[in-house]
Amino acid sequence: MDAKTSAAASLSGAAIIAAIKASGVGFILSVPDITTSSGLLAPIANDNALRLIRVCKEDECVGIASGLSYSDKRALILIQHTGFLDSINALRGIAVEYKQPICMMIGLLQHDPEVVPRASPSYGVRIVEPILEAMGIAYHRISTDADVGKITPAIETAYRDSQPVAFLIARSPS
Amino acid sequence: MMKRTECFRVLARHIKNEPVVSTYSSAFEWDAINPRDLNYLSIGAMGLDTSHALGLALGRPDKRVVVLQGDGSLLMNLGSLTTIAAAAPENLIHFVAHNGTYEANGSHPLPDPKIDFAAMARAAGYAAVFDFTDLDVFTQQVAHVLEQDGPVFATLRVEPSQPLTYDYKRIYDPAKRRAFKAAWQA
Repeated sequence: MDAKTSAAASLSGAAIIAAIKASGVGFILSVPDITTSSGLLAPIANDNALRLIRVCKEDECVGIASGLSYSDKRALILIQHTGFLDSINALRGIAVEYKQPICMMIGLLQHDPEVVPRASPSYGVRIVEPILEAMGIAYHRISTDADVGKITPAIETAYRDSQPVAFLIARSPS
Repeated sequence: MMKRTECFRVLARHIKNEPVVSTYSSAFEWDAINPRDLNYLSIGAMGLDTSHALGLALGRPDKRVVVLQGDGSLLMNLGSLTTIAAAAPENLIHFVAHNGTYEANGSHPLPDPKIDFAAMARAAGYAAVFDFTDLDVFTQQVAHVLEQDGPVFATLRVEPSQPLTYDYKRIYDPAKRRAFKAAWQA
């Protein structure tokens, strides 16, 4: 692997957390995900600037984020793609039909970060983007440090326009 | 055994500026008894009423938040008992109307209508737990329930109701959500 490829393949958890904070998010709602466990969830759990609410099942996050939005409090849902799949009905009702600003950071479990999610070796990962498109939910792939700059403006847009957004974490942040 | 409408009429006498989150049969009965902009009715998915209420409570710790949930809804989001107890919002009051049926979906029974929700809430770690079977006792104690530091849980053991008219288009009207937000932020 040459230096250019090596640099392109890195994804900084600290940079992602900085982008989350820069977007005005104060609450992280999460069920643990192994892709983001050590690089995001663990440091967030020790960060006094973010209140971490640990939930039992991912669809709870959608309701909590909706309730918080009525007080203009911003939340980010940090889950695994399996939890996203399990939350489709809540997202259908709250994020899409009610047009609530539900912001999700979704770890792509068992994904090969060197290929696009639609070509993932994991069936569950392959169907994530088509489902988001069918639901009309905007999404951004976060694969390398070059993608981190997408996070803050996308969250700002979600809350400004009251619409959902998803960030697909394609490799484990370090 | 109490009637849900009787309990809600008693409760309505004590509700002032608190938002009330409710869904399905509880939502239709509550909104008929006490129509107001501070009724939060757009839940989006069965069982998430408690999650919406937790978000409201965390967003404004200075305001008390009431949720009126059905027993089928709680069973669909039973983990929320643990989530709420762990988040420990002192301003959340959680009522469950326990009639043993999925009333809005044809009044079929719960998998086990005899389930003890108060015991579950107590085990999950709610700060205060009540279990009401008698309307006179509920009437006497409801103010005390609402004054407790939360999270507070109260089972209302009620009879199944007669079939209601479920006008979902009306209660899920976007105008109601806008009105709620305006009232909540006032």
